[in-house]
Amino acid sequence: MRATPGGAGPKRFPGPASLRRGSRGQLLDNLGHRLRHGGRVARALLSSQYALMLEYRAETALWALSGILPFIMLGIWDQLAVAPAASGAGGPDAAGIGLDRVQLSRYFLCAFVARQFSVAWVVYAFEEDALQGRLSPYLLQPLQPLWRYVAAHLAEQLTRLPFVVIIAAVFFLLQPQAFWIPTPARFLAGVLAIWLAFTINFLLQSCIAILCFWSERASALERLLFIPYLFLSGLVAPLEVFPPAWRAAAHWTPFPLMVAFPAQLLAGGPVAISASFTAMAGWIALLLPITVLLWRAGVRRYSAMGA
Amino acid sequence: MAIIRAERLSKTYRVADKQPGLAGTLRHFVQRRHRDVAAVKGVSFSIEAGEMVGFLGPNGAGKTTTLKMLSGLIHPSGGSAEVAGHIPQRRQADFLRQITLVMGQKQQLIWDLPPLDSLRVNAAVYGLDDATARHRINELAEMLELGEELTRPVRKLSLGQRMKAELLAALLHQPAVLFLDEPTLGLDINAQARVRSFLADYNRRQGATVLLTSHYLADITALCPRVLLIHEGGLFHDGSLRELSSRLAPCRLVRLELEQPRPAADFARYGELEACDGRDVRLLVERERLTDVVARLLADLEVRDLEVSDPPIEELIGRLFRQGEVA
Repeated sequence: MRATPGGAGPKRFPGPASLRRGSRGQLLDNLGHRLRHGGRVARALLSSQYALMLEYRAETALWALSGILPFIMLGIWDQLAVAPAASGAGGPDAAGIGLDRVQLSRYFLCAFVARQFSVAWVVYAFEEDALQGRLSPYLLQPLQPLWRYVAAHLAEQLTRLPFVVIIAAVFFLLQPQAFWIPTPARFLAGVLAIWLAFTINFLLQSCIAILCFWSERASALERLLFIPYLFLSGLVAPLEVFPPAWRAAAHWTPFPLMVAFPAQLLAGGPVAISASFTAMAGWIALLLPITVLLWRAGVRRYSAMGA
Repeated sequence: MAIIRAERLSKTYRVADKQPGLAGTLRHFVQRRHRDVAAVKGVSFSIEAGEMVGFLGPNGAGKTTTLKMLSGLIHPSGGSAEVAGHIPQRRQADFLRQITLVMGQKQQLIWDLPPLDSLRVNAAVYGLDDATARHRINELAEMLELGEELTRPVRKLSLGQRMKAELLAALLHQPAVLFLDEPTLGLDINAQARVRSFLADYNRRQGATVLLTSHYLADITALCPRVLLIHEGGLFHDGSLRELSSRLAPCRLVRLELEQPRPAADFARYGELEACDGRDVRLLVERERLTDVVARLLADLEVRDLEVSDPPIEELIGRLFRQGEVA
């Protein structure tokens, strides 16, 4: 037995293996505690925000109705599809976009659904809160304020759900030939794609919202993005109608991933599933650290206006 | 040991300078001009745990800015602050669990929902289990005399009820340090008194440290043995209200009720005449001459009643702010 320097006999120190086991156990405990805490905060935030959204259910219904742009576009594209068909040039590729009328109907219905559940308005809510001083109490609680906006968006999506179902039901009543049931795999992939699309949209808007710390009217920047979003997301037309160069350029932006990809996925159209999901992960991996860095820099400039 | 410490704390805001009118608007559009405004200029003080300290000063003196820096809401431009062993602007979770900032006209409660919904969120955010949260809500609601108001939408509550619910939300996590900015603003006399008594009670029960700003001096006199007087961004006084009174007014107020009315000119030799209304006269007399002057007044005039007091502190501070007498 080796004597210890003080001559007080051997001391039993935990060996590296037990240290690893101990610290791993502690880590797991901490993780478990954090997860439980996070779950409780999420439940409380979601239930209060859902209660709040139910107070505004009429407004939510109107918002859902105001998102019918894809149906208007369907009417236009449908006419374009009918015209060549009437002149004898119709067929499966009637409008020259690689989609027949039924596929076109399904695409625009799915674009409507994708838009309904991926829409973000954090820039407007955040800007108002920052300008009115309502952000101050949020900043003084041990919870990153952006989580409150995430909860508000998710609660609003839940409130929209019945209205979206009703609108879809009416759509199928009017166009019974367009009715279909996606395969379970496509449905799950579509739902995941919509959530990821929402995440990208939310992060993109959050980056702009955080610019409120520098410019009081950050929402003006968001309006600048609206036009490219409108055309490149596939909301007004399937990307297939764009010239190849435009289409290639669009795929360098996150916009096609926000509507066109989830819509094609749900509608059963041709789509590069792995490449699109990889691109979504890439955009999230890019936007998340930018949001964090902008937040850290911006919050130093916060002057608690209106408070 | 000091729980709040400010060392040469300062804050300078950059503000846009715009002239009125169309020309000013166009100039502002083409070329923005900014200037720096020093809201707080090197303020230093420390506060012991459990103290209740009043923060006095006119509008724009820098009180709220100082509170915002101490609570970590904004970053100081210079100097340093330490609150509960933390640097406030880092806003670490452990720090945020120990403090609260209540701003009179700003609210954290969700406007369209009953306060209980916001309280549930706060309880979850601060990691309180259901039983603890329920116990604290009941205890605070009893102290604040809140009952069924907690289940009514916030928008349906009166200003006083709302303020009390705000206080409940701000104190649910039992903070050790309370920064209160005008907590009684806009409340009627009764509601002000209830909030005051609640704060005194809370301080006694929890041993919490309170830094309070208020335009109502009654809040300060009722709650705070110590006051900090801030003026134009600098600290003018740190001590008791009585010391402040002596410092601001080296005079005492002598009220006289005379048997017969006398002309105002008769009183110039006794001191500074504050008011002369028939038989009622008010004089400001230097403290060291007080005994002599009172003896002369009683000898020279037919006095029915005489009363000596300190001039009201509101008047002294008001005069100080109006005249810019701070050196």
